[in-house]
Amino acid sequence: MKQKKHWYDYLWIVTATYLILGFFNILFAWIGILCFIIPILFALIGGNKHYCNHYCGRGQLLERLGNGLRLSSHRSIPSWLRSKWFRYGFLVFFMTMFFNMLFSTYLVFSNVHGLREIITLFWTFKVPWEWTNTSMVSPWIAQFSFGFYSLMLTSTLLGLITMALYKPRSWCVYCPMGTMTQSICQLRHKTTSSR
Amino acid sequence: MAKKIALISEECVACGSCLKACPLQAISIFKGSHAIIDATKCVGCGKCQRVCPASVITITERKES
Ligand code: SF4
Ligand code: SF4
Ligand code: SF4
Repeated sequence: MKQKKHWYDYLWIVTATYLILGFFNILFAWIGILCFIIPILFALIGGNKHYCNHYCGRGQLLERLGNGLRLSSHRSIPSWLRSKWFRYGFLVFFMTMFFNMLFSTYLVFSNVHGLREIITLFWTFKVPWEWTNTSMVSPWIAQFSFGFYSLMLTSTLLGLITMALYKPRSWCVYCPMGTMTQSICQLRHKTTSSR
Repeated sequence: MAKKIALISEECVACGSCLKACPLQAISIFKGSHAIIDATKCVGCGKCQRVCPASVITITERKES
Protein backbone atom coordinates (compact mmCIF):
# COMPACT_ATOMS: atom_id res chain seq x y z
CA MET A 1 0.00 0.00 0.00
CA LYS A 2 1.58 3.27 -1.15
CA GLN A 3 0.90 6.43 0.74
CA LYS A 4 -0.92 9.24 -1.05
CA LYS A 5 1.22 12.08 -2.45
CA HIS A 6 0.59 15.58 -1.16
CA TRP A 7 1.61 18.96 -2.57
CA TYR A 8 4.22 19.27 0.16
CA ASP A 9 5.96 16.11 -0.96
CA TYR A 10 7.45 18.20 -3.75
CA LEU A 11 9.08 20.84 -1.57
CA TRP A 12 12.48 19.29 -2.36
CA ILE A 13 12.21 21.13 -5.70
CA VAL A 14 12.07 24.42 -3.79
CA THR A 15 15.21 23.51 -1.84
CA ALA A 16 17.10 22.52 -4.98
CA THR A 17 15.98 25.71 -6.75
CA TYR A 18 17.07 27.80 -3.77
CA LEU A 19 20.58 26.38 -3.88
CA ILE A 20 20.85 26.96 -7.63
CA LEU A 21 19.53 30.53 -7.44
CA GLY A 22 22.37 31.43 -5.09
CA PHE A 23 24.80 30.76 -7.91
CA PHE A 24 23.03 33.33 -10.08
CA ASN A 25 22.42 35.97 -7.51
CA ILE A 26 23.56 35.71 -3.95
CA LEU A 27 20.71 37.96 -2.77
CA PHE A 28 18.30 35.02 -3.14
CA ALA A 29 20.02 33.66 -0.03
CA TRP A 30 17.66 35.79 2.07
CA ILE A 31 14.74 33.49 1.20
CA GLY A 32 16.51 30.80 3.24
CA ILE A 33 15.54 32.56 6.47
CA LEU A 34 12.19 30.83 6.01
CA CYS A 35 13.94 27.50 6.76
CA PHE A 36 14.77 28.98 10.17
CA ILE A 37 11.54 30.80 10.96
CA ILE A 38 8.93 28.25 9.84
CA PRO A 39 10.20 25.25 11.88
CA ILE A 40 10.56 27.44 14.98
CA LEU A 41 7.02 28.77 14.54
CA PHE A 42 5.68 25.22 14.22
CA ALA A 43 7.51 24.25 17.41
CA LEU A 44 6.65 27.38 19.42
CA ILE A 45 3.03 27.76 18.38
CA GLY A 46 1.99 24.24 17.48
CA GLY A 47 4.39 22.33 19.74
CA ASN A 48 5.18 19.94 16.90
CA LYS A 49 7.80 19.03 14.34
CA HIS A 50 5.44 19.16 11.36
CA TYR A 51 8.11 21.08 9.47
CA CYS A 52 10.59 18.19 9.70
CA ASN A 53 7.90 15.57 9.39
CA HIS A 54 6.17 16.97 6.30
CA TYR A 55 7.45 20.24 4.87
CA CYS A 56 11.23 20.27 4.95
CA GLY A 57 12.57 20.26 1.41
CA ARG A 58 16.08 19.44 2.52
CA GLY A 59 15.06 16.22 4.23
CA GLN A 60 13.09 15.26 1.12
CA LEU A 61 15.98 16.11 -1.18
CA LEU A 62 18.37 13.92 0.81
CA GLU A 63 15.81 11.12 0.77
CA ARG A 64 15.36 11.43 -3.01
CA LEU A 65 19.09 11.46 -3.72
CA GLY A 66 19.79 8.65 -1.28
CA ASN A 67 16.91 6.34 -2.16
CA GLY A 68 15.79 7.48 -5.62
CA LEU A 69 19.23 7.92 -7.13
CA ARG A 70 20.77 5.28 -4.85
CA LEU A 71 23.54 7.57 -3.73
CA SER A 72 23.36 6.37 -0.14
CA SER A 73 25.26 3.44 1.32
CA HIS A 74 22.47 2.89 3.90
CA ARG A 75 24.98 2.08 6.62
CA SER A 76 24.14 2.78 10.24
CA ILE A 77 25.27 6.10 11.60
CA PRO A 78 28.15 5.88 14.13
CA SER A 79 26.91 6.22 17.69
CA TRP A 80 28.92 9.36 18.45
CA LEU A 81 27.14 11.18 15.62
CA ARG A 82 23.76 10.47 17.13
CA SER A 83 24.78 11.06 20.73
CA LYS A 84 23.17 13.92 22.65
CA TRP A 85 26.62 15.42 23.16
CA PHE A 86 27.28 15.73 19.48
CA ARG A 87 23.77 16.85 18.57
CA TYR A 88 23.59 19.62 21.16
CA GLY A 89 27.26 20.47 20.72
CA PHE A 90 26.72 20.94 17.00
CA LEU A 91 23.65 23.07 17.68
CA VAL A 92 25.68 25.37 19.95
CA PHE A 93 28.52 25.52 17.44
CA PHE A 94 26.13 26.26 14.58
CA MET A 95 24.35 29.02 16.48
CA THR A 96 27.67 30.56 17.53
CA MET A 97 28.73 30.68 13.90
CA PHE A 98 25.33 32.09 12.98
CA PHE A 99 25.71 34.98 15.44
CA ASN A 100 29.28 35.45 14.29
CA MET A 101 27.90 35.89 10.78
CA LEU A 102 25.33 38.41 12.05
CA PHE A 103 28.18 40.31 13.70
CA SER A 104 30.13 40.44 10.41
CA THR A 105 26.99 41.81 8.79
CA TYR A 106 26.80 44.46 11.53
CA LEU A 107 30.42 45.44 10.93
CA VAL A 108 29.65 46.04 7.27
CA PHE A 109 26.47 47.92 8.24
CA SER A 110 28.45 50.25 10.50
CA ASN A 111 31.20 50.72 7.90
CA VAL A 112 33.93 49.10 10.01
CA HIS A 113 34.88 47.06 7.01
CA GLY A 114 33.69 46.76 3.45
CA LEU A 115 31.73 44.05 1.70
CA ARG A 116 33.57 40.73 1.33
CA GLU A 117 32.33 38.80 -1.65
CA ILE A 118 33.30 35.33 -0.50
CA ILE A 119 31.51 32.14 0.45
CA THR A 120 33.06 30.32 3.39
CA LEU A 121 32.66 26.56 3.24
CA PHE A 122 32.88 24.45 6.40
CA TRP A 123 33.66 27.68 8.27
CA THR A 124 37.19 27.48 6.85
CA PHE A 125 37.57 27.47 3.07
CA LYS A 126 37.05 30.79 1.37
CA VAL A 127 35.63 30.69 -2.14
CA PRO A 128 35.62 33.94 -4.17
CA TRP A 129 32.05 34.64 -5.31
CA GLU A 130 32.32 37.90 -7.18
CA TRP A 131 30.22 37.28 -10.24
CA THR A 132 26.89 38.24 -8.74
CA ASN A 133 25.79 41.83 -8.98
CA THR A 134 24.79 43.19 -5.60
CA SER A 135 25.16 46.89 -6.35
CA MET A 136 21.41 47.51 -6.11
CA VAL A 137 21.34 46.92 -2.35
CA SER A 138 23.23 48.24 0.69
CA PRO A 139 26.48 46.36 1.32
CA TRP A 140 25.23 44.86 4.62
CA ILE A 141 22.26 43.25 2.84
CA ALA A 142 24.71 41.64 0.44
CA GLN A 143 27.08 40.66 3.28
CA PHE A 144 24.26 38.82 5.06
CA SER A 145 23.51 36.97 1.81
CA PHE A 146 27.09 35.76 1.53
CA GLY A 147 27.17 34.69 5.17
CA PHE A 148 23.80 33.00 5.12
CA TYR A 149 24.41 31.23 1.84
CA SER A 150 27.74 29.98 3.23
CA LEU A 151 25.84 28.34 6.09
CA MET A 152 23.21 26.87 3.79
CA LEU A 153 25.78 25.49 1.35
CA THR A 154 27.99 24.10 4.12
CA SER A 155 25.11 22.34 5.82
CA THR A 156 23.89 20.98 2.49
CA LEU A 157 27.36 19.59 1.78
CA LEU A 158 27.52 18.00 5.24
CA GLY A 159 24.08 16.54 4.56
CA LEU A 160 25.24 15.12 1.23
CA ILE A 161 28.37 13.59 2.75
CA THR A 162 26.49 11.82 5.54
CA MET A 163 23.75 10.86 3.06
CA ALA A 164 26.37 9.05 1.00
CA LEU A 165 28.16 7.47 3.96
CA TYR A 166 25.14 6.48 6.05
CA LYS A 167 21.33 6.52 5.70
CA PRO A 168 19.85 9.15 3.34
CA ARG A 169 18.48 11.43 6.05
CA SER A 170 21.46 11.18 8.42
CA TRP A 171 21.74 14.98 8.39
CA CYS A 172 18.39 15.07 10.22
CA VAL A 173 20.05 13.38 13.21
CA TYR A 174 22.34 16.34 13.86
CA CYS A 175 20.55 19.11 11.94
CA PRO A 176 20.55 22.15 14.26
CA MET A 177 16.98 23.07 13.32
CA GLY A 178 15.80 19.53 13.98
CA THR A 179 17.55 19.41 17.35
CA MET A 180 16.32 22.85 18.31
CA THR A 181 12.68 22.23 17.39
CA GLN A 182 12.70 18.86 19.14
CA SER A 183 13.99 20.45 22.35
CA ILE A 184 11.44 23.27 22.13
CA CYS A 185 8.67 20.66 21.78
CA GLN A 186 10.02 18.57 24.65
CA LEU A 187 10.34 21.61 26.92
CA ARG A 188 6.83 22.75 26.04
CA HIS A 189 5.50 19.30 26.67
CA LYS A 190 7.26 19.09 30.04
CA THR A 191 6.02 22.45 31.23
CA THR A 192 2.42 21.87 30.14
CA SER A 193 2.22 18.34 31.56
CA SER A 194 3.70 19.30 34.95
CA ARG A 195 1.12 22.02 35.45
CA MET B 1 -2.04 -10.46 14.98
CA ALA B 2 1.51 -10.32 13.64
CA LYS B 3 4.27 -11.97 15.64
CA LYS B 4 6.68 -9.05 15.45
CA ILE B 5 6.54 -5.40 16.30
CA ALA B 6 8.75 -2.31 15.97
CA LEU B 7 10.16 -0.69 19.10
CA ILE B 8 11.56 2.84 19.15
CA SER B 9 14.18 3.87 21.67
CA GLU B 10 14.31 7.17 23.53
CA GLU B 11 17.06 8.46 21.28
CA CYS B 12 14.58 9.10 18.47
CA VAL B 13 15.20 12.51 16.89
CA ALA B 14 11.59 12.90 15.68
CA CYS B 15 12.66 13.50 12.09
CA GLY B 16 9.70 11.61 10.66
CA SER B 17 11.61 9.57 8.06
CA CYS B 18 9.80 6.49 9.30
CA LEU B 19 6.33 8.01 8.79
CA LYS B 20 6.45 7.71 5.03
CA ALA B 21 8.18 4.34 5.07
CA CYS B 22 5.45 2.55 7.01
CA PRO B 23 2.97 0.92 4.64
CA LEU B 24 0.33 0.74 7.38
CA GLN B 25 0.63 4.25 8.76
CA ALA B 26 1.31 2.78 12.16
CA ILE B 27 3.74 5.53 13.21
CA SER B 28 3.10 9.04 14.44
CA ILE B 29 5.30 11.68 16.02
CA PHE B 30 4.19 12.38 19.56
CA LYS B 31 4.17 16.15 20.23
CA GLY B 32 7.35 16.78 18.22
CA SER B 33 9.27 14.73 20.76
CA HIS B 34 9.59 11.15 19.50
CA ALA B 35 7.94 8.59 17.25
CA ILE B 36 5.34 6.18 18.62
CA ILE B 37 4.02 2.95 17.14
CA ASP B 38 0.39 1.94 17.06
CA ALA B 39 0.72 -1.67 18.22
CA THR B 40 -2.64 -2.60 16.72
CA LYS B 41 -1.46 -1.61 13.23
CA CYS B 42 2.24 -2.58 13.17
CA VAL B 43 3.06 -5.89 11.49
CA GLY B 44 6.79 -5.79 12.22
CA CYS B 45 7.80 -5.59 8.55
CA GLY B 46 10.93 -3.57 9.37
CA LYS B 47 10.52 -0.94 6.66
CA CYS B 48 10.76 1.85 9.24
CA GLN B 49 13.91 0.31 10.69
CA ARG B 50 15.63 0.41 7.31
CA VAL B 51 15.09 4.14 6.83
CA CYS B 52 15.62 5.42 10.38
CA PRO B 53 18.75 7.60 10.13
CA ALA B 54 19.33 7.46 13.88
CA SER B 55 19.10 3.64 14.02
CA VAL B 56 16.73 3.75 16.98
CA ILE B 57 14.18 1.19 15.74
CA THR B 58 14.41 -2.51 16.54
CA ILE B 59 12.05 -5.26 15.46
CA THR B 60 11.23 -7.66 18.27
CA GLU B 61 8.90 -10.53 19.03
CA ARG B 62 5.55 -9.41 20.38
CA LYS B 63 4.97 -10.34 23.97
CA GLU B 64 1.78 -12.33 24.46
CA SER B 65 -0.68 -10.24 26.39
S1 SF4 C 1 15.99 17.72 10.79
FE1 SF4 C 1 16.61 19.51 9.58
S2 SF4 C 1 16.88 18.74 7.49
FE2 SF4 C 1 15.81 17.17 8.63
S3 SF4 C 1 13.68 17.54 8.22
FE3 SF4 C 1 14.16 18.68 10.10
S4 SF4 C 1 14.77 20.74 9.47
FE4 SF4 C 1 14.78 19.40 7.67
S1 SF4 D 1 7.57 -2.50 11.34
FE1 SF4 D 1 6.44 -2.10 9.43
S2 SF4 D 1 4.32 -1.92 10.08
FE2 SF4 D 1 5.55 -1.72 11.93
S3 SF4 D 1 5.81 0.47 12.16
FE3 SF4 D 1 7.60 -0.28 11.02
S4 SF4 D 1 7.04 -0.03 8.88
FE4 SF4 D 1 5.14 0.14 10.07
S1 SF4 E 1 13.03 7.70 11.55
FE1 SF4 E 1 13.94 7.05 13.50
S2 SF4 E 1 14.66 8.94 14.45
FE2 SF4 E 1 13.28 9.56 12.80
S3 SF4 E 1 11.28 9.77 13.81
FE3 SF4 E 1 11.38 7.67 13.03
S4 SF4 E 1 12.17 6.48 14.75
FE4 SF4 E 1 12.60 8.62 15.21
